[in-house]
Amino acid sequence: MTDLADLSISGAAAGLRRGDFSSVELTDAVLTRAGVTESHLHAYLTLDHEGARAAAAAADQAFAAGEDSGPLQGIPLAVKDNMVTRGMETTAGSKILAGYSPPYSATAVEQLAAARAVILGKTNLDEFAMGSSTENSAYGPTRNPWDTDRVPGGSSGGSAAAVSVGSALGALGSDTGGSIRQPAALCGLVGVKPTYGVVSRYGLIAFASSLDQIGPFARNVQDAAALLETVAGHDPRDATSYRGDKPDISSLLDTGVAGMRVGVLAELSGDGIDPQVQQACRRMYDALADAGAELEEVSLPATEYALSAYYLIAPAEASANLARFDGVRYGLRVDGETTEEMMAATRAEGFGPEVARRILLGTYALSAGYYDAFYGQAQKVRTLLRNEFAATYEDVDVIVSPTSPTTAFAIGEKTADPLNMYFADVCTIASNLAGDPSGSVPIGLDDQGLPIGFQIMAPALHEARLFQLAAEVERLAGFDLRPDLATSEVKPA
Amino acid sequence: MPVEIDIAKVAKLARLALSPEKLEEYGAQLVDILEHAERIGALPTEGVPPTSHPLPMTNAFRPDEVRPSLDRDEVLGQAPQSEGPYFRVPRILGES
Repeated sequence: MTDLADLSISGAAAGLRRGDFSSVELTDAVLTRAGVTESHLHAYLTLDHEGARAAAAAADQAFAAGEDSGPLQGIPLAVKDNMVTRGMETTAGSKILAGYSPPYSATAVEQLAAARAVILGKTNLDEFAMGSSTENSAYGPTRNPWDTDRVPGGSSGGSAAAVSVGSALGALGSDTGGSIRQPAALCGLVGVKPTYGVVSRYGLIAFASSLDQIGPFARNVQDAAALLETVAGHDPRDATSYRGDKPDISSLLDTGVAGMRVGVLAELSGDGIDPQVQQACRRMYDALADAGAELEEVSLPATEYALSAYYLIAPAEASANLARFDGVRYGLRVDGETTEEMMAATRAEGFGPEVARRILLGTYALSAGYYDAFYGQAQKVRTLLRNEFAATYEDVDVIVSPTSPTTAFAIGEKTADPLNMYFADVCTIASNLAGDPSGSVPIGLDDQGLPIGFQIMAPALHEARLFQLAAEVERLAGFDLRPDLATSEVKPA
Repeated sequence: MPVEIDIAKVAKLARLALSPEKLEEYGAQLVDILEHAERIGALPTEGVPPTSHPLPMTNAFRPDEVRPSLDRDEVLGQAPQSEGPYFRVPRILGES
């Protein structure tokens, strides 16, 4: 019999409604899986056994009373630890927030609770979501379930590892420069960054406010759509929340791709992309053409500058956002003679190296004399990039590329060289700068048995088109493999 | 063009009390990163307006209605130091 922890969200939802098992049984199976795998992976910072079982029991009671809140009712899910959860420790992976018990919950978390999902706990991340490997967590790295000597990607590496190994059926992450899509690619999952503004940022601890978006991790496209449907929608508590109707997400899942115009991004087809990743993507381009899509190469020259623009804009916004961590209202305080000394001592002690580095970088890029050359110019490059996307979307419906230039890299491989680590985001960053939706779908393994992700970009608010192509890529790839850690008899380390 | 950074000044602006060794390390890394970032200067951007935000949004207005705010005691309970209804901090002004 299948272990319940290996069910998809839709499979578990069907089983719950047939009465094959209860949410409590499902949740216990997932917590048992976590009990075995956590010592290998460290996907979670907080596991709330008691709260999860109580939520599962409440979901079962609702089923018994004939109340059905939709596809997530009774489904055990994980939440990245940069979304605040009332009364449940929230650290953002930082020492500066150790022990913080938020007085409110993020809107996305409330939406999961309103859908009667079971929140298992909080997943590990690069400190304040700054990183591409989850090695920047102040609480130690998360490991990749496919090879525990390798990183799961980042910054939402804990969410990715948990869903991949079965210590959650789905999860929320956040994506500022690729932090959902890149770990999804490295862990063999579907991950989606929605259009900017589609999911409320209320209660998401801000990194770069004009780029941050919450989105789903799941083991298949349909599950990712169900998660996104639940957390999308206008929120008056987020002034940048999209005010129009919630975009269509899942109505085209079964439509196929006949006649769809697919642009292959030239700038991400050659140099700098691992040959096996290139090859897997090319096979998928051919398969899509055979399935009736019209493929053509498209060029967006400004994407060559996206990484540089991002590493000015995001740190600039971060340097402003992280000013709030000053030892006054929450978290760590290191004593000082004056308030200013207290603040500077607290921040030096509380922030890890990557966060300090980005605050310094952002402060410099915004400072008098350098603003125009760095931050101002980066904002103009952002405009050029958006213009190029807009012009390209007159000719094609979607744009595709690899999600990550390589498969999962070794723990410690890039930590000594921050600039080299930044290149891990080279494929994903343009969508954040443009504000467009973008997702990753697994399409196979390299010769070391590591997953390869396929990236799909679509125009703003055209999530339905993204999911339409994602569903076809999933069918064509037929990727349904799981890491050995999820499928073999593994003992706690 | 070589990038020059007064890293001690930047750290002071950022309110980070870093050791001289740390300052030197971060300073060198920032030079590396900024020398790479400088390539964006090569793109012609004359007359291009800056984009600060991906959605064309203006102010978000809502009716001015009284609504409950966070529970004060719960909020103050998370502060390193509080006194009555206030956050407590060390002295702000210099010695008189």
